[in-house]
Amino acid sequence: METEAIRIEGLVKTFGPTRALDGLDLTVRTGEVHGFLGPNGAGKTTTLRVLLGLLRADAGTVRLLDGDPWRDATTLHRRLAYVPGDVTLWPNLSGGEVIDLLGRLRGGLDGNRRKELLERFDLDPRKKARTYSKGNRQKVALVAALASDVELLLLDEPTSGLDPLMEDVFRQVIREERDHGRTVLLSSHILAEVEALCDRVTIVRGGRTVETGTLLELRHLARTSIQAELAAPPTGLAELPGVHDLALDGDRVRFDVDAAALEDALRALTTAGVRSLVSQPPTLEELFLRHYDTAGSDTAGSGSAVAEASR
Amino acid sequence: MNILTGTGGLVRLILRRDRVLMPLWVVLLGVLPLAYVSSYRELFPDAASRQHYADASAANSGFTALYGPLNGSSIGALVTWRAGFIPVVIGLITILAVIRHTRTEEESGRRELVGSTVVGRHAGLAAALLTTLVASVVMGAILALAMVGQHLPAAGSVALGAQFAAAGWVFAAVGAVAAQLTSGAGSARGLAIVVLGVAYLLRVVGDLSAQSGGPLGWLSWLSPIGWAHRIRPYEGEQWWVLALVVALTAVLALAAVALSARRDVGTGLLPARLGPAAGAPGLRSPLALAWRLHRGLLAAWLAGFAVLGLVFGGVAKSVGDVVGDNQAMKDIFARLGGASALIDAFLATAMGLLGLIAAGYAIQATLRLRTEEANLRAEPVLASAVGRLRWAASHLFFSLFGPAAALAVAGLTTGLVHGLNTGDVGRELPRALGAAMVQLPAVCVLAGFAVALFGLVPRLSVAGAWAGLTVCVLVSLVGAALQLSHWLLDVSPFTHIPKIPGGALSATPLVILALIAVALGALGLSGLRRRDIPTV
Repeated sequence: METEAIRIEGLVKTFGPTRALDGLDLTVRTGEVHGFLGPNGAGKTTTLRVLLGLLRADAGTVRLLDGDPWRDATTLHRRLAYVPGDVTLWPNLSGGEVIDLLGRLRGGLDGNRRKELLERFDLDPRKKARTYSKGNRQKVALVAALASDVELLLLDEPTSGLDPLMEDVFRQVIREERDHGRTVLLSSHILAEVEALCDRVTIVRGGRTVETGTLLELRHLARTSIQAELAAPPTGLAELPGVHDLALDGDRVRFDVDAAALEDALRALTTAGVRSLVSQPPTLEELFLRHYDTAGSDTAGSGSAVAEASR
Repeated sequence: MNILTGTGGLVRLILRRDRVLMPLWVVLLGVLPLAYVSSYRELFPDAASRQHYADASAANSGFTALYGPLNGSSIGALVTWRAGFIPVVIGLITILAVIRHTRTEEESGRRELVGSTVVGRHAGLAAALLTTLVASVVMGAILALAMVGQHLPAAGSVALGAQFAAAGWVFAAVGAVAAQLTSGAGSARGLAIVVLGVAYLLRVVGDLSAQSGGPLGWLSWLSPIGWAHRIRPYEGEQWWVLALVVALTAVLALAAVALSARRDVGTGLLPARLGPAAGAPGLRSPLALAWRLHRGLLAAWLAGFAVLGLVFGGVAKSVGDVVGDNQAMKDIFARLGGASALIDAFLATAMGLLGLIAAGYAIQATLRLRTEEANLRAEPVLASAVGRLRWAASHLFFSLFGPAAALAVAGLTTGLVHGLNTGDVGRELPRALGAAMVQLPAVCVLAGFAVALFGLVPRLSVAGAWAGLTVCVLVSLVGAALQLSHWLLDVSPFTHIPKIPGGALSATPLVILALIAVALGALGLSGLRRRDIPTV
């Protein structure tokens, strides 16, 4: 069995003059939950559609479950389930009918799992699809995908219409899927969800991969913020290369520090004598915002190189 | 905020969205009667021949059913009578236009987005009605000017224009009411079209009864279509009938407003029913899904074709009565039909018309592919273990067998009714059925054209496919009269269909047309295999 469920290298996709994907890289290992992050228009949905063989890649290599997603589309689709970001259903079919139809078209549905998921997601399958809200349409697609016996789940912002209660159910279900050895590619905007669920994360922007790795590795790239109350003013802290935004207020000190300089900075603090210390690890939000800022675009290439090197 | 705030902006939105469609029907229907003016002038140059034709036609129940009563023998009266079915078409168009801009908007959720801006509660309804009513008036004005341009009396020309506009007005308002009742645009359309059909049938029964001196003539006065005919353009105009039209339109529009005020956005007054909690065991293939998506359409078309077959079959025998013993008239009709027997010529023409209508169904069914793609509903199916060709084939099954079944139904009912009239079902049934079925290769060429467009240039497929049908309709309706070049006539596949019954049946053109249809379809499917989905 392959160790990589998805491997994309240098993927390029253009729509007329628009370059939707511009050399995107993405690797998803078998059995992991992989977070796929990026602002609107970054190319997440386009990437998923290429993986489904709906769009044809202009350049780059794409491997999906050891196959070519364009050539082997129908055989590969038996082994995966997809939840689109924009779920539109046939208005005159009931939710239950849509679930059964999509499951059967995929090659089969676990009846018990279907029943259990309907209960957990609190979805009435008798309603006609035209009467469902966005969240309920998403639940229909989720139940159809999760009740299918497949190796890989491709989820495109699956919780954007769910309420917090359902979001919680979704997280539990995805953890169960991972425990059953399924691979999940989760495109999402909800950082807390990605932090809670994902083993590894890829951040894309403008059709390129700007960051990829485990959350720990990504944190390593960001700065930790430190607040300390000291016995005496610190010496040499301001001169340390990895220390930023230093603010000294008598014996109180606040600064951000790169992961590489953390040790030196702490040594400088202990030399002065530490009375109290608060350290905050970088949140995913900070990582995310750093890359989403237009100013951050120049660092895009080097960021992923560092991530590779730091492994 | 006023309940009509923002109507102006929404009117502009409708005009922008319908900038092609609306001028098309307004102008096309407005100038269509011009073709009748020139052909009647050519056929009946003097008052005596017109009088003879009018006497025979006015007594013909088949014509009365189709066109309505004939009120005189002037060119204007004949043109008005011959254009008697157009008000029904106008009614259909305004129904579709109003529902497209009210219930369809609501069903798609766009109404909600618009409604959250500075837009009054009734602005959407008001804008849809206003544009459609004004478009109907413009169409009437174009028609009146065109008729005056042909040196027909001004008063009659204005009345004829008013007749067309009247049909547009009443059924625009009917569409507005229907749009409030159901939560789905499809069922709203169905409801309004049933009202249109009932209005037409009331008119037919009433007029036929009046023609034979029966007691049911008053039924025509229950029908807005009947009112349109009773304006009597060119033959003692009854202007006061227009007051009925305006009053009914106003009542219906106010009813629509009242209904709209009593309900929530997105819901209808008729409750939505629950569906099954699980899919039936058979719901497991793309074809099963396509059946769910196409069956309502199929049933409607089969019913429509059955009714058309009944009408054509019922009229056929009386076509021979029109001319009676007059040799000159017989010659004229024989020349018109291009075949020896009048009835056969009529049946051949009727079946050609059915073929064009069936092509409309074939295109509609084929373009479901495009709708599914553009609404992103093709995506979850294609993301399952269903290949593109299998998905396309599931819909194309209905674009082929749907029109085939509809033509068969029409052929059978025509043959059956006509055969019962002549007392020889055994002869007429197979002849009418054969005449209906030979249309199929031409229908398939147009469907194949739609498939080719869908596969190669999906963004142009809707406009292109309907443009193709429009060309064929124009060639069939006015091509011979306008003496277009042979090249242009040959473009339409219907030109090559044998004119049976009566004419010679040759298999060669049918085979060639079928091959062209297959080639176009194959071209489209190979394009579909290569292109991006969705292309929106």
